[in-house]
Amino acid sequence: MSATWSQIQLVINGHATNVEAPPMKRLLDVLREDLGLTGTKEGCGEGECGSCSVRMNGELVNSCLVPILQANGARIDTVEGLAIDAELHPLQKAFLECGGAQCGICTPGMLMAATHLLARNPHPSLDEIREGLAGNLCRCTGFVKIFDSVIAAAAMKGVARDAR
Amino acid sequence: MSPNPPTRIVGTPQLRKEGVDKVLGRAKYVDDLEREGMWHGATVRSSIPRGRITAIHYGEQIDWGEFVIVSAADIPGKNHIQMISADQPCLVETQVNHCDEAILLIAHPDKRRLPGAVASIRIDYEPMTPVLSIEESETRQHIVWGEDNIFKQFHLEKGNVDAAWASAAHIVEGEYRTGAQEHLYIENNGVIAEYNDVSGITVWGSLQCPFYVHKSLMAVFDLPTEKVRVIQAETGGAFGGKEDYPSILASHAGLLAKKAGRPIKMVYDRMEDLAATTKRHPSRTRHRTAVDKDGKLLAMEIEIATDGGAYATLSSTVLSRATLHSTGPYVCPNIRITSRSWATNTVPSGAFRGFGAPQSIFAIERHMEQVARAVGLDSAEIRRRNFLHDGDTTATEQVMTEPVILDTLLGRALEISGYEAKRQRFAHDNPHSTIKRGMGIAAFFHGAGFTGSGERYLNSLAGIDVTCDDRVRVLVSSTEFGQGTNTILTQIAAEALRIAYDDVIMAPSDTSIVPNSGPTVASRTSMVVGRLIERSGHQLIAMLQESAGLAETYTTADFFASCERYRELQGKVESLCRYEAPPNIFWDDQKYRGEAYPTFAWAVYVAEVAVDMTTYSAEVTNFYTVQEVGRVLNPTLAAGQIEGGVAQGIGYALYEKVLLKNGHMFNNQMTNYIMPTAQDVPPIAVHFEEIPFQYGAYGAKGIGELPHDGPAPAILNAIQDATGESFAAIPLLPEDIFTRMAAIAFDEEPLTV
Repeated sequence: MSATWSQIQLVINGHATNVEAPPMKRLLDVLREDLGLTGTKEGCGEGECGSCSVRMNGELVNSCLVPILQANGARIDTVEGLAIDAELHPLQKAFLECGGAQCGICTPGMLMAATHLLARNPHPSLDEIREGLAGNLCRCTGFVKIFDSVIAAAAMKGVARDAR
Repeated sequence: MSPNPPTRIVGTPQLRKEGVDKVLGRAKYVDDLEREGMWHGATVRSSIPRGRITAIHYGEQIDWGEFVIVSAADIPGKNHIQMISADQPCLVETQVNHCDEAILLIAHPDKRRLPGAVASIRIDYEPMTPVLSIEESETRQHIVWGEDNIFKQFHLEKGNVDAAWASAAHIVEGEYRTGAQEHLYIENNGVIAEYNDVSGITVWGSLQCPFYVHKSLMAVFDLPTEKVRVIQAETGGAFGGKEDYPSILASHAGLLAKKAGRPIKMVYDRMEDLAATTKRHPSRTRHRTAVDKDGKLLAMEIEIATDGGAYATLSSTVLSRATLHSTGPYVCPNIRITSRSWATNTVPSGAFRGFGAPQSIFAIERHMEQVARAVGLDSAEIRRRNFLHDGDTTATEQVMTEPVILDTLLGRALEISGYEAKRQRFAHDNPHSTIKRGMGIAAFFHGAGFTGSGERYLNSLAGIDVTCDDRVRVLVSSTEFGQGTNTILTQIAAEALRIAYDDVIMAPSDTSIVPNSGPTVASRTSMVVGRLIERSGHQLIAMLQESAGLAETYTTADFFASCERYRELQGKVESLCRYEAPPNIFWDDQKYRGEAYPTFAWAVYVAEVAVDMTTYSAEVTNFYTVQEVGRVLNPTLAAGQIEGGVAQGIGYALYEKVLLKNGHMFNNQMTNYIMPTAQDVPPIAVHFEEIPFQYGAYGAKGIGELPHDGPAPAILNAIQDATGESFAAIPLLPEDIFTRMAAIAFDEEPLTV
């Protein structure tokens, strides 16, 4: 069986990692099952809800739609890499303070989408935030407090810091 | 307005108790949990809406020796999942009553082997004619449930409706329909179950009501209470959708675990969750209303029908709430309400935020708009003339003994929305624009807590204890699924005990640890369970002062030192309180009369819409909410509840359509079941008026469901203001607006040859 598996090299949250997996195994499943990074969630399995959003070589992707072979050699950033030691990333701090997380299941993907947005555009307008987060569904908040969180984070020092 | 008593912690925006874990991605949802030796389970479901199973064929290409298979014959106890009636089987024996009904369960160590195995099983049926709508059920041509297809009916009479028609200046009739709605929590239903003959069954799951699951498992497995343990994992949204369904899923996983002798994880994918789990009850409501020349209500005759699906589940209580909210927040001397919940061969309808109220409030608030037009009054004035006030009675003869400030709420809503100025501007601009703009109002109420005698029957128990490492724990079965249970209840405990918010934590949501504080439903957690925590806190202070030397004023260190002295004397530091109904609250179940709810939350919402006459899409451009929900315990969480409820209400009105084909939901994907995105939700203004409710925790009433009641009628009223067209059914999609407008255009400009 392992004859058909692929050796995959990844840089996950700054750490070089090797995994062996079937080439069509979803990046989402490799993160959750092989690497134990369960912060990345599955909501729909078809790229609609954005709960599984991670950054791959600096681009925002739905990890449920990426076969692991396609990620070979890539730098992958997940929610687990946002906080540095005990210090929350400004976006995490803002989501906590502004009420941007309710049930929390969309939060990791939403944080990655917001990180991606602020990395490209450190001071987005409300319309740019709406567009930047349009691929991430939240059923609890009505998005209002998520927008507030992104605006609050944009005003904090160090927000443009990339996910490692 | 009574001022709020001074508090330190209640009323402040304390940070979400489990918030750090959630933003770090460390919170553990059920699919993030593993058990040693765990296998995965899957469900084989019916593909027809009604019929009898004649044969089951297992695919020959599958090595079934690797699998564990469970059928109804493997159930050790009762083959039913009981909410109110014992009619719904855990697994079908022979009679199928809806599509996607569970027939067999299979388990395998590798979850990727399950879909192929499920697909290889072919089931032969002797099909029977299904009943797929309220109207088909009403004909009773085919009886699919009980003797008459009726799960429940209510009849309510006040005054003399028949005598009122003759004196009416106007009689207005209307029929209004609402569709099914999917909860679309972003985390699908899922559980892990373990079984052994010594300790019994343990289930970890995404769920709202641990003791509902506990009760179901006792029946299905024929086990005593101490051999069933239910633990709630972090839960990724629920909205009522994880009230009753987890009892089924937990039973399924438990049956596989028992037979396999291994832990079993069952987590639905989105397609299965959408196709097989509950939805909001579709409804049809007819109104016939008499008013005098000034627009005062003289008589209301209301007929409600809901589609309950194939089994009774919660349909009777949903129907009750629909019935009790169907008159809206208005006073009328003569009322007749007849309501029925009908059986059909579709997936059972279930609990969903609002629980029947959004359906009947949609009907009355669309209908009041037509009454206004018949009388020649504007939308605000017709409501103002008929609002309930202090001292008035409702349809059930409940006297409004507390302040009712609908006039204030309406005035405030008109003011913050700029209602009059915008209406004038839109009326001026609309004739010259392909974008038609309009404003719409909805005024409504939501009964807080269980209906009628519900809270007395629940007889909830809740409290607090103090651990050896100096933490106060809140002991409840009330669960957190995003709405803020953890934060609110720990705020209340800290306030009552006069200690810091950080010194209070939640005990694990585990039926072997916490008492039964009732289900986490009906906007009851802050008001009812919170009150039990407040009382438990005061009781603990009294206990410590009486027997452990706690002084009148104390520091946190004094408090915990006193707890240690108490522990040495009594063995443990625990304070529990049981529910006590507020005085003068009495409900007669037989006559369907009395205090339907201990109190009500009140609201007036205003929607501002734009209808594009080129694409026929309707968009909500601004939304304004003014509500009185008693004391606001945490302003950030409270506003979050309102904003999230409004967004779901917008989806209910304009986007979310469940499409059935022969009883099966065929748009069972997020690709084609459309909920509002970040680009669809407008700015939402949230304003609270606070009138503390004497019998709620620190003055709280219910809040969670209220915001789902008002958006849909406000939006369709605004669309009528914008276009002049009255639409009576939701969801209202662009193709519905197109069909209406095209028909009008066709009438006005007949084709010439």
